[in-house]
Amino acid sequence: MPLWLFGFLAALSIVSALGVILQANPVHSLLALVMTLLAVAVLFIGLGAVTLGFIQAIVYAGAIMILFLFVIWLLNLQAEAGMAGGRLAGKFFGAIAAAALMGELFAILSRAPSGANLEAPAGYGSIHNLAMLLFADYLVAFEVTSFLLLAAVVGSVALARRPAGSAAPPRAAGSR
Amino acid sequence: MLTELLIAAIKVIAVLVVVLSLGLVLMWFERKGSALIQDRVGANRAAVTGLGARIGIPNLGFINTALADPIKMFTKEDMVPEGADHFLHTLAPFLSLLPVLITFAVIPFGDTLRAGGMTINLQAADLNVGLLYVLATIGIGVYGTALGGWASNNRWALLGAIRASAQMISYELALGLAVIAVVMTYGTLDLQAIVRGQGGVWFGWLPRWGVMLQPVAFILLMTAGMAESKRVPFDLPESESELVAGYFTEYSGGKHAAFMLTDFVEVILVAALATTLFFGGWQVPYLYRDGFHLPGGAFLALPNAAVAIFGVVAFMIKLVAFCWLQILIRWTLPRFRYDQLMRLGWKGLVPLGLLNVLATAFVVVAFGGPH
Amino acid sequence: MVPTGYYMALSAALFAIGVAGVVLRRNVIVMFMSIELMLNAVNLAFVALGRGFGSADGQVIVFFVITVAAAEAAVGLAIMLAIFRSRETVNADEINLMRW
Repeated sequence: MPLWLFGFLAALSIVSALGVILQANPVHSLLALVMTLLAVAVLFIGLGAVTLGFIQAIVYAGAIMILFLFVIWLLNLQAEAGMAGGRLAGKFFGAIAAAALMGELFAILSRAPSGANLEAPAGYGSIHNLAMLLFADYLVAFEVTSFLLLAAVVGSVALARRPAGSAAPPRAAGSR
Repeated sequence: MLTELLIAAIKVIAVLVVVLSLGLVLMWFERKGSALIQDRVGANRAAVTGLGARIGIPNLGFINTALADPIKMFTKEDMVPEGADHFLHTLAPFLSLLPVLITFAVIPFGDTLRAGGMTINLQAADLNVGLLYVLATIGIGVYGTALGGWASNNRWALLGAIRASAQMISYELALGLAVIAVVMTYGTLDLQAIVRGQGGVWFGWLPRWGVMLQPVAFILLMTAGMAESKRVPFDLPESESELVAGYFTEYSGGKHAAFMLTDFVEVILVAALATTLFFGGWQVPYLYRDGFHLPGGAFLALPNAAVAIFGVVAFMIKLVAFCWLQILIRWTLPRFRYDQLMRLGWKGLVPLGLLNVLATAFVVVAFGGPH
Repeated sequence: MVPTGYYMALSAALFAIGVAGVVLRRNVIVMFMSIELMLNAVNLAFVALGRGFGSADGQVIVFFVITVAAAEAAVGLAIMLAIFRSRETVNADEINLMRW
């Protein structure tokens, strides 16, 4: 992909990621995360993994984030009051630690072998290739993942189920 | 390079202009169509009066209503309710409109057009994973609805938004399953290739349209599509007799217009998908690239431009026919109750879709590859 | 052509921002979102390296990561719902007793 497009998407994803962690209102954080996910999906498409990019947009940005949105509604989360003051020492050192981590990762990862000059093999990111790998080489992992999803569905329904007899309707945004 | 960019820009602008104007016409079409079904006259009061009539602006009948509705909507006062999330309240209608508009980029509206030595593919963006793109944009379309209800600081709007998002996600699944069956039949995700695969005839006279191969998937797509766009009989989220206006209760003026436009553009989108996947898109029966080959042996040669124009016109006619079908269904059927709706989606359409995929798989393997 | 190192640098940045989110924010749902951010950074690294070596295995791994992230998000949020019902809070600082 052209360098300017990569630069734009990289800037977009970093700004949205900062928005995720810095916004007070959780719904705004969620929207920023959706923006990040879509930027990363476009980066996938640019890297040749076209199917995976769309899967990321459909599954991650289009389904998992809606799950988060539903939970935010059910819990009626307001803008976080304790974001500003308090625990300043903890926040300061936390920011330093994150910056240090980023520096270290930069140093190590930027030296990755630059094999991106290779032309991708024909049909690199096509759904056909992905399917051949999933159903042939990685079949066991695929089947086990389906069990994992089943367990997740059953588990989350069991955990989130209201104990029999109690009832609490959802409350609207901002209703105090 | 520049000419390619120019042609692409022209295609995009053409698609957007056609879709948006068709959306406006549908607004009028719906009012008159519902009037026809309900045996009344419908909206006929909009007229050019006063100064306009005196200086000779003609009274153009239906165009008045079609123009008056949007003008009315855009000139109304734009309110944000107290205590509502200002940013999200403004963002939601347009977040809802954007995904349905950009889906039209991959809908092919004609075959290739040879002009000036170049072959122009009459499709705004030729993606070879077109159907995945459509599914992705439909998935993103849930956010506008959900956030619109949440940001209104209104219990009933939130209830409408919750119902709407749950319904949209459930029926997305049924939609995806219907689409998978079509993909298995044609062996490709590219919409233009699917339409091309519906050319030709069987037994010398029956056009090879997708609905003959996948009738179940067609019904699934229409049902799931109407549920996605929250139209009756699935319009509990915006039910006029229950929730006032559901998730867009607190919207007025231009934002309300954006939500209404989303509704109508989704109608056009479902019609476009049904046409493209099941009714041959821009294929005219017996029309091939060089002219008409009628069953009987007659052959009528046509220049390439005429063939392309025939294709585009055929596509528009089929599109309008399916829009009319959806309007008809809307004004005929009563509304589903919410639990009936969810039951239909999960216990009815999803198993049906899965069985359809299974059956299609057997048939495709038995016949040795996609048709 | 964008060198793989650039993608890895972006992945490192996103990962570090995710870590900062988990450490700095006390709202559990936002912490979950930061975890998703970290998973995405790793996905980007996988796809970029996979393309760098010309192998499609990176995509398969990312496919599984996305699936597992979905399952984990569902179960984690269900746990949070259950905790919220008894504690009435989602502030991680206040959920600090193993029993109530």
